[in-house]
Amino acid sequence: MAGPVWVHGELGPDGTLARIATETATAARDIADRAGTEAIGIVVAADPSGAAEELARFLPRVLAVTEPVSGARTAAAVAAERIAALARRDGIGYLVTGAGPEGRDVAGIAGALLDLPLLANAIALGSRGDGPTVDESAFGGKQLTTSSFTKSKGVITVRPNAVDAVPLDIPGRVEPADLDEPLALPVVTVVDRVSAEAAAQSIEEARVIVAGGRGVGGPDGFELLRELADALGGVVGATRAAVDAGWIPYAVQIGQTGKIVKPQLYLAMGISGAIQHKVGMQTAGAIVAVNRDPDAPIAEFADVLVVGDQAAVGRALLAALRDRSA
Amino acid sequence: MRIVVLSKPVPDPASGQERLTPDGRVDRGAAPAVINGNDEYALEAALKLAEARPDEEHEITLVAMSPESGRDAIRKGLAMGAHRAVMVIDPALGGSDWLATVRVLEAVLRTLEYDLVLAGADTSDGVAGVVGAAVATRVGLPYLSYAATIEPSDGRVRVNRLTATGHEVLEAPTPALITCTQALGAPRYPSLKGIMAARSKEIEVRSLADLGIDPATVGAEAAGTTVDEVRPPAERGATRVIRDEPEEAARQVVAFLAERRLI
Ligand SMILES: Cc1cc2nc3c(=O)[nH]c(=O)nc-3n(C[C@H](O)[C@H](O)[C@H](O)COP(=O)(O)OP(=O)(O)OC[C@H]3O[C@@H](n4cnc5c(N)ncnc54)[C@H](O)[C@@H]3O)c2cc1C
Ligand SMILES: Nc1ncnc2c1ncn2[C@@H]1O[C@H](COP(=O)(O)O)[C@@H](O)[C@H]1O
Repeated sequence: MAGPVWVHGELGPDGTLARIATETATAARDIADRAGTEAIGIVVAADPSGAAEELARFLPRVLAVTEPVSGARTAAAVAAERIAALARRDGIGYLVTGAGPEGRDVAGIAGALLDLPLLANAIALGSRGDGPTVDESAFGGKQLTTSSFTKSKGVITVRPNAVDAVPLDIPGRVEPADLDEPLALPVVTVVDRVSAEAAAQSIEEARVIVAGGRGVGGPDGFELLRELADALGGVVGATRAAVDAGWIPYAVQIGQTGKIVKPQLYLAMGISGAIQHKVGMQTAGAIVAVNRDPDAPIAEFADVLVVGDQAAVGRALLAALRDRSA
Repeated sequence: MRIVVLSKPVPDPASGQERLTPDGRVDRGAAPAVINGNDEYALEAALKLAEARPDEEHEITLVAMSPESGRDAIRKGLAMGAHRAVMVIDPALGGSDWLATVRVLEAVLRTLEYDLVLAGADTSDGVAGVVGAAVATRVGLPYLSYAATIEPSDGRVRVNRLTATGHEVLEAPTPALITCTQALGAPRYPSLKGIMAARSKEIEVRSLADLGIDPATVGAEAAGTTVDEVRPPAERGATRVIRDEPEEAARQVVAFLAERRLI
């Protein structure tokens, strides 16, 4: 029988299970079913029990690895080393992680330790025979590819929102898995953790993004975008022009050298749609743009373009959304 | 300080011409090569670290695995101020998977001396964002990722690592490998003097044989992954353009959102 499909039980900044882990778990279950093998989650933390129970809603079996140092060292390195140890002990078919910063770090380290091939940033998964196929988007969605592994083994990183998380009818079981061997990777110490104010939801996981560009006019203009995001249950994003102007932190920049996102709705306020921005968001489900220039490049790939002042249209939209929910 | 910058030549995203060949490789003829955006931020960070220590000696080395077509991009990195470059060029590398890249970069690093290795957080032609972590792991270097700041001092380095909701302050002994983001600051343009100086700087070319890597273990034949299909994305429907006054426009947008079940 093929080795198990391992799932990295990624944790959010607050130590609870990250939503991406429920999506990768669902993907891993499918891969394991087709390969006739088992999907197993791994949660590595100082106290893994809560997140492990949560992950077991999506996987028949979850290993909870208690690692007292995981707060003091980079979480990804500690998790990757433990995943590699378990994979060496119990075998491995595939390792599935998220494609955000944490998942990539785990994939890179574990992939190197286990000498596994890798397919990155899955936007969809399928199958051929008993092996998985991975759909990826090249150059920000200009072309799509379907790839597979030649030796029925590998690491897959999955983009947020690529898979709908489906819980099991009956939750799986959590087992402690304590590993005795000392951690051997070079130590990187976490000296401090700083949370930006009100950064509750990660932009890569958000289902709705209200993004602002130079046309928003300044930091105050982003207040309206925040209200719109709240009304739509989403988060605020930005172009590099808005970030470079210091109106909003780089953490929410979308594009070539920022985040790549795939929300269900992308509302673009005062954004021209330059190619470096487009590659970060053009695979969004629906794109609604507000721009006073009907010939802005974004007109070529938005589903809806409102020609007008973004502040005036934004205020009217906010009022209409509030009317609707009132 | 001795700093190595892992610099990947990629097709210029600004050209709008990037594409894959039908068998899924990056079409190097389609667009001119530039140094990957995040790697330019890494190079800029290296240059700033050197400039901040005018009393010390510095050597910034670019390392690239790339076909010959990447040479001009690397030359531009030298014009920005890097001191020298090592390019691994070998026909057997065509169609390599990520493990081959990791193996080659590891082998080059084993022949160099350095205090820091800087890489990009990810690449515009691959966007895997995994090579830095893997190379650090193979070479045995502390790995600090998604850097917004880099502060070396006394045999240690401190990095602000960007996270989804803020940042972590990381610290490790050097030598260490750090992956770099745009938050480090915009790259400089090469000066005329820099361009002139770059002409006489060395680009050392190495083959797989020079690195002691068996060509049969890299390239398309040895790859653990294959691209089975390349296709264009589904066409987005035509753009609906709304030119009405804000209230009416908002009403239509709400109707669109409701129709798509987004609200
Ligand atoms: C290496 C590199 C990497 C890059 N990476 C990124 C990246 O990751 N992300 C990114 O976004 N960019 C990136 N860029 C920058 C990119 O090229 C563009 O400069 C940037 O996306 C433009 O941002 P913008 O749309 O906000 O500004 P602009 O291009 O200036 O567009 C502003 C738009 O707002 C409209 N507007 C103005 N006022 C109003 C108003 N009152 N109401 C309505 N509309 C209005 C204008 O008509 C215009 O279309 C990168 C560039 C390089 C070279
Ligand atoms: N062929 C290469 N030559 C030099 N550096 C590379 C190469 N491939 C990847 N890298 C480095 O690894 C980083 C991450 O690459 P990737 O994981 O492919 O997105 C890049 O930003 C580079 O710094």
